[in-house]
Amino acid sequence: MRLSTVDVVGILADNLERRGSVLPIPARAATGWARGLALPRGGPRVLYTGAMYQLIPYIERVVRLEQRIADTPLARLSGLARRVNRVVNAIGLVARPSAAERRDYDAVPANVARLLQRAGVEFGSLYEDDLYAGALAYDLGADEVVAAHARRVARIFERYGVREVITIDPHTTTMLRSIYPRLVPGYDVSVRTYLEVLAAAATGSPRAVENEVVIHDSCVFARAEGVLEAPRELLAAAGLRVLEPVHSRARTWCCGGPVESLDADKAAQVAAARVAQLREVGTACVTMCPLCLINLRKAAGDTLSVRDISEYLIGAAQPDASPERPPQPARSATVRLASSEMREGS
Amino acid sequence: MTATVSPQVADALRTLGPFDPEVCMSCGTCTATCPLGIDVLPRRVLRDAALGLEDHLLAEAEAIFSCLLCRACESACPAGVHISEDIRLLRRYLLRKEAR
Repeated sequence: MRLSTVDVVGILADNLERRGSVLPIPARAATGWARGLALPRGGPRVLYTGAMYQLIPYIERVVRLEQRIADTPLARLSGLARRVNRVVNAIGLVARPSAAERRDYDAVPANVARLLQRAGVEFGSLYEDDLYAGALAYDLGADEVVAAHARRVARIFERYGVREVITIDPHTTTMLRSIYPRLVPGYDVSVRTYLEVLAAAATGSPRAVENEVVIHDSCVFARAEGVLEAPRELLAAAGLRVLEPVHSRARTWCCGGPVESLDADKAAQVAAARVAQLREVGTACVTMCPLCLINLRKAAGDTLSVRDISEYLIGAAQPDASPERPPQPARSATVRLASSEMREGS
Repeated sequence: MTATVSPQVADALRTLGPFDPEVCMSCGTCTATCPLGIDVLPRRVLRDAALGLEDHLLAEAEAIFSCLLCRACESACPAGVHISEDIRLLRRYLLRKEAR
């Protein structure tokens, strides 16, 4: 028996309304990635994570819990769970990923910040005010709650004097760039992904090709936000030949992630189909969305290396340093990355 | 088998946002491109909404909430139906209905 959709959506919407995120996590967990980076607080341009990568280990714990209780009598108690969750942060009680799990996903925003710094881009962070943007609740139709949340985020931007936002993941990008202008009167914030910012700042010739990766376009980046060339340009500059799977660019194939909160089995089926398409082309896959990263990685097991694009880019930008590393696949393809000059002189 | 047609359903959906299932010409391109391969998505769901077949919509709630909103169908739709937004509005409608 699946959990009641109304109750699951209700819990997510209640959390967004009362706690600022569909899955509320401790502030220290959401901001841990910024430690040691000396980023100023606020300012006209900020890197906005929307806590998306930081949320992944928590989402995984919750999904596993959902799967465990779905076929038990406990599934009938979802209405009670929603009432309890209104008073107590139930997610905080049941979802406690290990420090190692959190560190792996914190590595992505940390690496993005370092890439921007190396490109000479000045930016700040909103730290604990860098809130989840509301994408899941919006997709599920909880519009009223999302509209109120969007106004809250817009007020935060106003308070910190933010005029330009650099995003990391596609879901936060589309909310801040395409949805918030419809929900918040007078919203006037420029939004670009770090991929677009880095591609625009890149100078110099691409490195010689040293390896190849299969690109998995995010549905949201490819079909809603038109982010298609920037990741390809950056990967090429990093010395990687980009291989295109059968469904690519605007015809990309979903990873299954969007349905995971309501039906993890369907999500796994879609991810497995996508992994099969990617494996037809290569042995190492690059993603640019936290949901794609985790869903494809779970479906791939040890048959395909799945890494976030930031890991490839930071590896090329500082080949002799030890970058913050996202979670490693069970069997990684060997990827040698040459030093990149893409930021020099920018 | 009987079906109750209610024009008020589509009207109610239009009050929630730009709902355009009547643009659909039922060619089936969307169903063929759906990564989930659920036969009611999205063509039959849109037809049910346009006709106001509320009982059908309630029965198809699981499929409606299963949609990935990945827009594979929308990018292939020759009629230019705003499928993902229509599905999202249907979810909003169903949540309101079931919450009562």
